[in-house]
Amino acid sequence: MRKFLRNANGRLKVGIVITLFFLFLGFVVYYIPHANPFGYSTYGRRLSPSWEHPFGTTSMGQDVFWLLMESIHNSLVIGFIVALIGTVGGVFIGLLAGFSGGWLDRVLMVVTDTFVVIPSLPILILMTSLMRGSSTVLLMALVLAIFAWAWPSRQIRAMALSIKERDFIHTAWFSGEGTVQVIATEILPYALTWSLSNFMNATLAAIASESSLAVLGLSPANLISLGNMIQWARERNAIFTQQWNWIGPPIIATVVLFIGLFLLITGYNDYLSMKRGR
Amino acid sequence: MKFTKYLAMRILTWALTIWIGVTFIFFVPRMFPSDPVENMIGRIQSRSGQMDPLEMESLRSSLRVQFGLEGSLLKQYGSFLQNGLLRLDFGPSLMSFPTPVGDIIKTYLPYTLGLMLMTTLMAWLIGNFIGLQAGFRKHRTSSKLMEAIAICIYPVPYFIVALVLQIIFAFILNWFPLQSTIITMGGLGTFLRTLVRASILPAVSLLLVGSGWWIISMKSLSGTVAEEDFVLYARYRGLPERKIGQSYVLRNSIITQVTALAMSLGGVFSGSIMTEIIFGYPGVGTLIQKAILQSDYNMILGCITISIVAIATATLIVDLIYPLIDPRIRYS
Repeated sequence: MRKFLRNANGRLKVGIVITLFFLFLGFVVYYIPHANPFGYSTYGRRLSPSWEHPFGTTSMGQDVFWLLMESIHNSLVIGFIVALIGTVGGVFIGLLAGFSGGWLDRVLMVVTDTFVVIPSLPILILMTSLMRGSSTVLLMALVLAIFAWAWPSRQIRAMALSIKERDFIHTAWFSGEGTVQVIATEILPYALTWSLSNFMNATLAAIASESSLAVLGLSPANLISLGNMIQWARERNAIFTQQWNWIGPPIIATVVLFIGLFLLITGYNDYLSMKRGR
Repeated sequence: MKFTKYLAMRILTWALTIWIGVTFIFFVPRMFPSDPVENMIGRIQSRSGQMDPLEMESLRSSLRVQFGLEGSLLKQYGSFLQNGLLRLDFGPSLMSFPTPVGDIIKTYLPYTLGLMLMTTLMAWLIGNFIGLQAGFRKHRTSSKLMEAIAICIYPVPYFIVALVLQIIFAFILNWFPLQSTIITMGGLGTFLRTLVRASILPAVSLLLVGSGWWIISMKSLSGTVAEEDFVLYARYRGLPERKIGQSYVLRNSIITQVTALAMSLGGVFSGSIMTEIIFGYPGVGTLIQKAILQSDYNMILGCITISIVAIATATLIVDLIYPLIDPRIRYS
C-alpha cells in the first residue's frame, strides 16, 4: 500500500479520491433511510436549501438531495452492468479471434470494426424509441452493452496476437497444457490489468450514453438517473424559474464524476506503463 | 499496384460497414414486440374516437405499406436496401404527411454537415496546435495549465457543456437567443446573419469538447517524440526550435492523429446531435428529436441510415488521405 502511494501519480490519486467519494454517495449514503424521492409533494414545493433539505426541493416537492443520491446510485449501477458485459464479451471475442486466426478471425474482426465506426447514438435512439414505455433499467443496460464490446475486443485481439508468439506460451504448449488452460493461466493475467482500465472507460461511456438518451426523453421514465434528473429539471423549466438548486446539483455531479473517472483511467494507464518500464 | 489493392480493400470495408449497420437497424426493430402500425392506430383512435372496423382494416393495410412492413421479411429487406440505401427513398414522413422523408432530410442535412465539418476540422487544428506546443515545451506553466483545462472539459458529455453554455451565455448574460432560429426568407443578408448568430454557441460547445481530446492526446504524443534520439541530435546540430517543432516533432506525431480523426467521427456526430437538440439548432439532431416525439419511424430510420452512410464515407475519406501524409506506408 505504501509502495503504491509512493508510485501513484497525481492524476491517479485525485481520480481515486473523486471516484471513492461518488461510490460512497451512491452505495453508502444512498442506503441511509429516507422517504422515496420520486413521490410528488412529499415536502413543500420549491423550498430553498436548508439544514433539512441540503439542496432544497423541486417544484413537485421532491427532495433534491435524495433525488441526487438515487441518480448517482442508478447511473453507476447502469454503468457497471454495461461495462461488465462489454468487458467480458470483448475479452472473450478478442481472445477467440486472436487465438483461432483464419476465417473466424477475419469475420469477427470485420464485424468488430463495423461496430467501432458505426455511430452508436442514432442506433440507440432507434432502439430505445421503439422500447419507449416498456423499457426497464436492465433492458436499457443490455441495449447500451451492444456497443460496449467492440473496442475492447479489438484491443484484446492485438494483445493476444503479440503474446501468442512469446516463449513462455510456447513453453506452456510444449509442456502439454490445453488451450483453455493456457488462456486462463498465462494470458488472462495480462488481459486483466488492461480490462480494469477498459472497465472504467466503459462505465464512463455508458453513463454518458444513458444521460444523452435521457435528454431525448428516451431513458425509462421511472429511472432516476443523472441524465433523467437533468432532463426533468429542464422540462419543468427549472432554468427559466432560476431554480439553480434543482438543475445545478445533477450537472455539477455529472461533471465532477466524469472528470474523476477520466483522471482515474489516465492515471491508472500511466501508472501501469511506468510499472512496466522498470 | 499495391495502392489499388489497398483502395479496393478499404472500399470493401466501407461497403461492409454500411451494409452491416443498415442490416442491423432493419432487423433489430422487427425483433421488438412493439408494432409501429398498432401504435399509430392507437394514437389515431384516441384522437378521433371510435372507427368503423372496415375503415380501420384499410387504414392498417395502407399504414403497413407506408411503413414498408408488407410482404415477407426477406422481401421487406430487399426493398429496404433497394429503395432506402440506393435511392435514399424512405417513404413519406408521418409527421408532415405526405412529404417524402428524403426531401425533409435534404433541407436539414446541410446545416448539420456544415456545423459538424467546420467544428471538427477547427477542433482538430486548434487542439493539435495547442497540444504540440504543450508537449514540446511540457515543463512550462502555460502547457500544464492548457492540459488541466482540457482534462476538465473533454470527459464531460457534449450536452452538459452545451447546457452550461446555454445557461451562462443565453440565459444569464443574454448575449444569444435561447433557441436558435434561422430565417431563410428575406434575402441572403438576413439568412447569413441569423445563421451565424444561431451557430455560434453550438459551434463553441462542440469546439470546446472536441479540441480537449486533441490537446490531451497530442501533448502526450509530441512529448514522447520530443524525447527521441533524433530530436536530441537535431538539437545538437543547432537547428532552430521552430524547425525541430515542425519538421521533426509535428511530422512524426500528426500521423497518429489523422487515424484518430477517422475513428472519432462517429462520436462527434453523436455529440452534434445532442448539441443541436439543446440549442434547437435546425439540423438532423433536432429532426430526429421531433420524429421521436411524434413516433415518425420512417423519418427516424431515414435519418439514421443517412448518418451511417455519411459517417462511413467521411471515415473512408480521412483514411484515404492518410497515405498522402505518411510516406513510410508501403501497402503490403
